[in-house]
Amino acid sequence: MIAPADRCEAVAIGGSMGALQVLIELTERAPAALSLPIFVCLHLHASDRGRTAAHLALGSGMRLVEASDKEAVVPGTIYFAPAEYHLLVERSRTLALSSDEKVNFSRPSIDVLFESAALAYGSGLVALLLSGANADGARGLATVRRCGGTALVQDPSSAPAPMMPQAALDLRAVDRVLSVAAMSTLLERLHHDRSVSAALRGLGTACGAPAPLGGPTP
Amino acid sequence: MAELSSRPPGVSMDASAVAQIELDLLLEAIFRRHGHDFRSYARASVERRVAAFVASKGYARISDLTADVLHDEARFAELTQTLSITVTEMFRDPYVFAALREAVFPVLRSWPRCRVWHAGCATGEEVYSLAILLHEAGLYDRSTIYATDFNDAALGVARRGIYDAGRMRDYAQSYREAGGAKTLGDYYLANYGSVAMSGALKQNLTFASHNLALDGVFGEMHLIVCRNVLIYFDRELQDRVFSLFADSLVRGGYLCLGSKEDLQFSSAASRFELVDREARIYRRVADR
Ligand SMILES: C[S@@+](CC[C@H](N)C(=O)[O-])C[C@H]1O[C@@H](n2cnc3c(N)ncnc32)[C@H](O)[C@@H]1O
Repeated sequence: MIAPADRCEAVAIGGSMGALQVLIELTERAPAALSLPIFVCLHLHASDRGRTAAHLALGSGMRLVEASDKEAVVPGTIYFAPAEYHLLVERSRTLALSSDEKVNFSRPSIDVLFESAALAYGSGLVALLLSGANADGARGLATVRRCGGTALVQDPSSAPAPMMPQAALDLRAVDRVLSVAAMSTLLERLHHDRSVSAALRGLGTACGAPAPLGGPTP
Repeated sequence: MAELSSRPPGVSMDASAVAQIELDLLLEAIFRRHGHDFRSYARASVERRVAAFVASKGYARISDLTADVLHDEARFAELTQTLSITVTEMFRDPYVFAALREAVFPVLRSWPRCRVWHAGCATGEEVYSLAILLHEAGLYDRSTIYATDFNDAALGVARRGIYDAGRMRDYAQSYREAGGAKTLGDYYLANYGSVAMSGALKQNLTFASHNLALDGVFGEMHLIVCRNVLIYFDRELQDRVFSLFADSLVRGGYLCLGSKEDLQFSSAASRFELVDREARIYRRVADR
């Protein structure tokens, strides 16, 4: 029996420069029958018009779609944030797109995805922050952790652009640092057993205590 | 006895559930006090904005803001600015403007008059964009263009038609991608970091306050452009607005939505047919 607070309900992944290669690897190796929803926010060029998602879908082990507004979240699906729209998860477990102003100069913004998913899934959320050359996602990861979820980052030393995972580490918003191979292992293990603590056993390096309560500094 | 328990009922409720009640009460207060109905808006986005507003104004909790919404007009005005998202640009999604030019303009040309309604026009960039293309197609002179929003501050900016010059380079690029025939610079005067849209484009433009959640039909339209507005509404409010648009369009009139908006799941879907999926252009069909 898995304790409710240890049971994974959803995965959120964010990344920017250098993260596409990681996503290709993760989606190719993702178990086809993994019965979790995965939300992905990758910084894209405004002119993308669905091409990156279509490309990733071709090689993905799991069903991968560009997220639609008000779509009900279905486990076993990877939802990709479209260019020029923020992707949010509602507490009712439906998706919402918004054309609000950019956050951290980005739309879609990883903070927006992580913060809304953290409110929707609480301790059931596992969030992964990948390579990137800006600090989007760090505050979102802090929120994930404050809401009881699990905050993971790609090892900055293996990331083509270490700034993004490093910013999260600097905010003390991270539970564990993982290699890309360890992330794939994590998804495979979650396929067999939804316990987050079991899936993380022996993977990566654990980090210190979370930042004190009171919210991240703006 | 339960009533005498040392822990009063409700104390064990977690903080986020309490915040949900506070948010409900805030939206209820806004609606009953000011008539703006944010209860039917996409929740996660409203929640995010309210949280940011609460933090930036130094409130300890949403309930403290609710008191001010009831009694402090100025604070309420600030909050509406935060809750209504007026982000826009000229020729946003150029391929949509190209599709309007290619698929819709020829039909507009076959009609003696052309009434266009931009619903949720924000600060007006989209309105001037379409006006330019109508002008280049020789359709402007027979057109009457209504541009509406419920945000009066945004309407003020739209009416003035004065924008930051720094964005014009990007806009010029989008204008070309939309199939613009001249140079964007022909349509404005630049002065000290800002640009003023040409008076010729304003001649047939009317800006007016209109609330899509409350107000009704105000004319027979040939083309309605409502982009990136309905995305903020829940399905029920979307249905109301789609019916309003169907009632406002002449038979064969066009509706253009934002690139992530859809009328497929709406109860008004049968009153429209799809013209261009990617550009989200629909056409009003006869009621059966
Ligand atoms: C993101 S802007 C879209 C601007 C432009 N149409 C575009 O696509 O670039 C959304 C606009 O919808 C307006 N809006 C939101 N709710 C409304 C309502 N109930 N009635 C009228 N306008 C509304 C907002 O004030 C805002 O200006």
